Amino acid sequence: MDFQLDKEHEMARSLFKEFAEKEVKPHAIEVDETEVFPRETVNKMAKYGFLGIPIPKEYGGQGCDVLTYVMCVEELAKVCGTTAVIVSAHTSLCMDPILTFGTEEQKKKYLPDLASGKKLGAFGLTEPGAGTDAQGVQTKAVLSEDGKEWILNGSKCFITNGKEADVYIIIAYTDVVLDKKGRKQKKFSAFIVDKGLPGFTFGTKENKMGIRGSSTYELIFQDVHVPAENLLGQRGKGFPIAMHTLDGGRIGIAAQALGLAEGALGRTVDYVKERKQFGRAIAQFQNTQFQLANLKTETDAAKLLVYKAARAKEAAAANGYKTRFSEDAAEAKLFAAETAMDVTTKCVQLFGGYGYIREYEVERMMRDAKITEIYEGTSEVQRMVISGAMLK
Amino acid sequence: MKVVVCVKQVPDTKGGVKFKPDGTLDRSAMLAIMNPDDKAGLEAALRLKDEYGAEVSVVTMGLPKADAVLREAFAMGADKGYLVTDRVLGGADTWATSTTLAGALRNLDYDLIITGRQAIDGDTAQVGPQISEHLHIPVISYAEDIKVNPEEGTVEVKRQFEDRYHIVKAKMPCLITCLSELNEPRYMTPGGIFDAFQKDVTVWGRKDLKDVKDEDIGKVGSPTQIAKASDKVAKGKGEQVIPDSPEEAVDYIMGKLDEKHVI
Repeated sequence: MDFQLDKEHEMARSLFKEFAEKEVKPHAIEVDETEVFPRETVNKMAKYGFLGIPIPKEYGGQGCDVLTYVMCVEELAKVCGTTAVIVSAHTSLCMDPILTFGTEEQKKKYLPDLASGKKLGAFGLTEPGAGTDAQGVQTKAVLSEDGKEWILNGSKCFITNGKEADVYIIIAYTDVVLDKKGRKQKKFSAFIVDKGLPGFTFGTKENKMGIRGSSTYELIFQDVHVPAENLLGQRGKGFPIAMHTLDGGRIGIAAQALGLAEGALGRTVDYVKERKQFGRAIAQFQNTQFQLANLKTETDAAKLLVYKAARAKEAAAANGYKTRFSEDAAEAKLFAAETAMDVTTKCVQLFGGYGYIREYEVERMMRDAKITEIYEGTSEVQRMVISGAMLK
Repeated sequence: MKVVVCVKQVPDTKGGVKFKPDGTLDRSAMLAIMNPDDKAGLEAALRLKDEYGAEVSVVTMGLPKADAVLREAFAMGADKGYLVTDRVLGGADTWATSTTLAGALRNLDYDLIITGRQAIDGDTAQVGPQISEHLHIPVISYAEDIKVNPEEGTVEVKRQFEDRYHIVKAKMPCLITCLSELNEPRYMTPGGIFDAFQKDVTVWGRKDLKDVKDEDIGKVGSPTQIAKASDKVAKGKGEQVIPDSPEEAVDYIMGKLDEKHVI
């Protein structure tokens, strides 16, 4: 077992760190305040290949491993949770399912533009009545009589990269079958849907607690004609595709959570050395020291789980997903998200009154951290996944 | 067109400078980076690659770990990398360094050699111009803009001065030393980093240096003696004096030069 990063990964980290510090950090407060999608930063990330890190070179990607991608999201999240989730949703939720389940034609058509960042990706599963419970999905796709198109109707909510994306992976039900007990069961399929198709519009923009610069929108489909060749994977196999996609996405969100914890902790360490109370730096108080020790230990433990999950996905991808990485991803996301929430909350406390002031940024990190316990599977869902595998 | 860029791995002085008890830099206590002026030189070369398809080679002299700056250069887009390293080259001052680098550069074809103006660990700004002397080629220092005319085989360089600039045109081959203000160096790409570690770096030792005498390299070949090393002090506002006569002015200036050990 090797806990040391090799030279390549170390250098990749230094790249992401430098980029995050120089290009992302200076805009983080403004992005949060104004809720404006950081398009210029996204374009810069595209220029340097950050939007196609784990995609093979033959499809225009960087040909790197999952760990490199994870470190990118982590370093971005240290300075800006919004920027981190843009990369995560684009990579894990849109490109990964196309790479894993797409036909050669679909990969050639979509991946080069996505990996180069010419286009941005998004994923739509959640609906007002269907979050954790996928059976609640109402969005429906019906094959046209000539078999050339799917007619899509319904809506999706809380979609990350919502209005800014160009390519969407949409989960809709295409069949209803009866299970062994005679109950109706929806069978889902996945579709690659291009922005601009007639009938595909956007609803309200969500006004969120955190990750405020990320474009979170409702997607509305009214008789949207999706070409038959845009069915991703097989008809009726959309649920496993969605679950696989979310497993991968959880590693990205775990990396985001990890970065938020590290970012808040780093600032807090600097702050407690400067801040004086009762004539000495608050770093000299044992309460501060013990708290910092706990937070660092938690964060490092989260890091090991996140990197382990990245390695597990890498190994699974190499053998055509014969091995599972769902539990690794669930453990990483559960622990990293709860760590992020705990660390950022306590960092705000260590900052005292200044922690509550926006300029000091730890309160933003605390607001950003909360969503990591909710999206791409709540912490409760992660516990279901982990225990489900244990009790099988 | 062939462009060779000389780069140096230096301690990052951003986080403060650390010294050993003997007054020399404690390099092990500081993060190693590519010297900023050299990085601008590399960027200038890579722009010539983008525009004219120039082949970009990078040469560095240092410890074996200086390999890292060549990998970084590869990840930014450089084509070839040369590491000049040998125990006998250690302890070199600017003279011995430029002699060594010139010995290495004599093995390569080039139209243009680009170096940084100066390294942030020594701040001498001597190595680039000295290399050009060794190689008997023209030097244009302090470049803040470089234009190449491949058909004519010439370069036109805007040289920065404190209160003016010069535009100098020269025939290639020549050497240019450039400032970090010249450009904003590109970032590496993630894929470029992984490819960089698959590439071969050519390692040269003493025996590979062409037309170089033993007495001109390493500590033995270094006439410089360091009296004292200190962190860079910000340049002050200066002093204005209005002397009553030319004689008084000369006396004042001579006194100052003497005080600073310039004469």
